Amino acid sequence: MRTVLNHTCGDSSSTTTDSASPVPNSYESLEGGGYSGTSLRSPPFGYNYPTMHPAYQQNPAPKPNPSPSHGGYNPPGYQPYSQPFPSLSELSSALGGLGGVSELEAETLRPVNLLQERNILPPKRAPPPEPNLSNDLRKVNCSPDTFRCTLTNIPQTQALLNKARLPLGLLLHPFRDLTLPVITSNTIVRCRSCRTYINPFVSFLDQRRWKCNLCYRVNDVPDEFMYNPVTRSYGEPHKRPEVQNSTVEFIASSDYMLRPPQPAVYLFLLDVSHNAVESGYLNVFCQSLLDNLEKLPGDTRTHIGFVTFDSTVHFYNLQEGLSQPQMLVVSDIDDVFIPTHDSLLVNLKESKELVKDLLNALPGMFTHTRETQSALGPALQAAYKLMSPTGGRVTVFQTQLPTLGAGLLQSREDPNLRSSTKNVLHLGPATDFYKKLALDCSGQQIGVDLFLLSSQYSDLASLACVSKYSAGSVFYYPSFHHIHNTAQKQKFQKDLQRYLTRKIGFEAVMRIRCTKGLSIHTFHGNFFVRSTDLLSLANVNPDSGFAVQMSIEESLADTSLACFQAALLYTSSKGKRRIRVHTLCLPVVSQLSEVFAGADIQAISCLLANMAIDRSISSSLSDARDALVNAVVDCLTAYRANGSNIQPSGLIAPAALRLFPLYVLALLKQKALRTGTSTRLDERVFSMCELKSQPLQQIMRMVHPDLYRIDNMTEQAALHLNDSVIPQPPLLQLTAEKLTREGAFLLDCGSVMYLWVGKCCNETFIRDVLGFQNYASLPSNMTEIPELQTTYSERTRAFISWLLESRTFLPAFHVVKDDASTKTSFFQHLVEDRTESAFSYYEFLLHIQQQMSK
Amino acid sequence: MEAAVFISSLVDCCALIFLSVYLIITLSDLECDYINARACCSKLNKWVIPEMIAQALATVLMLVSMHWFVFLLNLPVASWNVYRYVKVPMGNMGVYDPTEIHNRGQLKSHMKEAMIKLGFHLLCFFIYLYSMILALIND
Repeated sequence: MRTVLNHTCGDSSSTTTDSASPVPNSYESLEGGGYSGTSLRSPPFGYNYPTMHPAYQQNPAPKPNPSPSHGGYNPPGYQPYSQPFPSLSELSSALGGLGGVSELEAETLRPVNLLQERNILPPKRAPPPEPNLSNDLRKVNCSPDTFRCTLTNIPQTQALLNKARLPLGLLLHPFRDLTLPVITSNTIVRCRSCRTYINPFVSFLDQRRWKCNLCYRVNDVPDEFMYNPVTRSYGEPHKRPEVQNSTVEFIASSDYMLRPPQPAVYLFLLDVSHNAVESGYLNVFCQSLLDNLEKLPGDTRTHIGFVTFDSTVHFYNLQEGLSQPQMLVVSDIDDVFIPTHDSLLVNLKESKELVKDLLNALPGMFTHTRETQSALGPALQAAYKLMSPTGGRVTVFQTQLPTLGAGLLQSREDPNLRSSTKNVLHLGPATDFYKKLALDCSGQQIGVDLFLLSSQYSDLASLACVSKYSAGSVFYYPSFHHIHNTAQKQKFQKDLQRYLTRKIGFEAVMRIRCTKGLSIHTFHGNFFVRSTDLLSLANVNPDSGFAVQMSIEESLADTSLACFQAALLYTSSKGKRRIRVHTLCLPVVSQLSEVFAGADIQAISCLLANMAIDRSISSSLSDARDALVNAVVDCLTAYRANGSNIQPSGLIAPAALRLFPLYVLALLKQKALRTGTSTRLDERVFSMCELKSQPLQQIMRMVHPDLYRIDNMTEQAALHLNDSVIPQPPLLQLTAEKLTREGAFLLDCGSVMYLWVGKCCNETFIRDVLGFQNYASLPSNMTEIPELQTTYSERTRAFISWLLESRTFLPAFHVVKDDASTKTSFFQHLVEDRTESAFSYYEFLLHIQQQMSK
Repeated sequence: MEAAVFISSLVDCCALIFLSVYLIITLSDLECDYINARACCSKLNKWVIPEMIAQALATVLMLVSMHWFVFLLNLPVASWNVYRYVKVPMGNMGVYDPTEIHNRGQLKSHMKEAMIKLGFHLLCFFIYLYSMILALIND
């Protein structure tokens, strides 16, 4: 039973009411001590707590917060209740509300002994924690899919944050696909001093003035704003859609444009060396682009161009009126120039036939090439010159190390050191050529996306820079081959489909503003930080996520709410200038236990991953790994110090952080950060790029995949959606203990899915779902589930499509039988198991315990 | 001879003071958004090697003229300059890298470094001035 002694009320003026103390004797024996009054609130249902060690009585009571099950409005402050003496039965059920602790908070602070609790994984992935706000504010608050903070209760001072030993940061996914209200009014109301956009969390002093929630300046409400177009009423500015929604999109006027909005311009840079033709990507690309030519985002002004390169750079004249595309070769790669001025980037609508002719002819043009060199640097310089006047998107396809011209790279990887337990070298770029080029491109609003389809080492660490700083994306297909590796080929096709048709924003900038007192000091993601809080994104796409770290410069003691606003100014593919604004509001707390109660463990793990990658590039990989372990040790030590006199045996964590060691262990076993297991350098660097640029859900699936048993799914507790029944098997822990030979298991890692079939799996499953007679007849490289008309098959496919519902990039699918490489990859994802170079989960917990006792 | 050494060190020190002030002004321009990161970093990177040479010159002058105390005073700064220049990772565009300058409080640490150097050079300026006057008087 939870017991609290001291009741502090923060900024409220209530006093502890001794008269509210219930039946003393039995209470005191339960609590193990007196308590100086508290407020009691009756929860609607009894809530039983696991017995708690009396040592917890030293915990100061957190501020009472409204629980989600309570309807009605509760201001985010303390409301003193004084109730008559409750009966004992009511009392035991009221213990959940004892000391004014809401059930939500008490549940997140419930101590869990990690060494004894075997099943810490909840059966379904936990939803993000709800901030402790009043219902009104909660309804309008920004969706956690868009904007998420590592601590949903912001500490008041930097000292309190340091005591908690948790990082404070935000994870954003600002351009995610969603439907949102578009404001068409002419005036965009912004604060005069800090230029914050008006949002649902401002306060209206009277009908004519509003107070900014970030800098507290009082501003006037302009006349046009007093009229509400939605309800056609006057004088209710707080009912306007900008103030009722935390995610809005404004139509920007010409004040927000440095130049007229640019059209969509797409340039494709294709590697056509011998290696590239061998791998066969050109066919896949041309076919994909032909299929999606109509669906490229844009309007009648859309331009398109192609440049191919091997040891020279080739341009294609696609002028409308020519009978066929004309190839122009520039062989002076030390000083690349653009051969003609007009017709290399042509209007898509006008030259569509020529473009189609070119795409049909391209794969055949280079089949007999003998060129083995690749002049990527000069090709990129040519692309830069070509796109400088307008800006746009450059898509680079590269299949080997660039060996010619500016930006040529050496092979830096030593294959013998792949499993080294000591430092991994060459994680940073070898030359600043690509970084400089990316900055030049970013200045001209050109975003460069990189598709690396190579089977040998291609120094992705240097090449990825060209995308990192120009707000592009990196895609990597190791060992790509159109015949020998059909799984990669299918993945490439699916990814291209999404890549070519997804929404895109051009010449974008993003600014993240916070309440006075908070400041941002580090940024993670693919963009260029132009000034202290202005991020320059040449292209913005709906699949990239960003993270920032914050510090508390001044005390937030005089406010109860901290707000964050991310404003993204971009040009849509149709040439319209828009501003997308997201606003998040979180409560400010002054107690350490409340900080722990509001910890969002998934956001914390992602931010720690970003920090670890920065550290491994700037200092060393082993430093980064040690820092990750220390993060867990410090945090759990701080928690233990906060609630003193806990039993020394056992590793106690609050329920909100119970998955912390598990996620950190999973991070340590990621390709990006692992040592001792053979990892190719390019794959490691790509894993690092993914961790830094993917949105949070993708990262969590990558780090801690979801494991389900699917051969015995029942309709029990299934979801019924649109006439299909979607079974809901529980999540299993990632250990081989949970696998059995009689079952079939699905591992969902985000970008790849594995279906592991046990040797003695029942034949009904194999027959009805996979379409084969028995285990022995299963092929070793199945990459999809056939569509059979059996209930099992329908159920399985319904489940898998439900998992893939809101995903943008479809995963590659592998049925794991005997094939060595897929089997190794599958088992590497079982993070709780011991490997020859890494701890098992239990051993990791013991290691943490040992570190804590030092 | 003594006087000549000190006069040249004095001139050298003056140059270093002006350079420090220029660095501080440029960095604070970046903080206040008057220039962008790329322009700022290219300006600053231009002066990294001249600064290193000037500081090394002062140190060597003191060494050659056997003023051990002042030599030892100048040595840490000179070696720090060299260390900073050598330790730049391969992929960075010089000591001041526009993609990293806004991360991890680098702007603040560069500012602090420039302030400390300014203070140090002012101190050295007065030491040289005093020594020069002494040398001139004694001649």
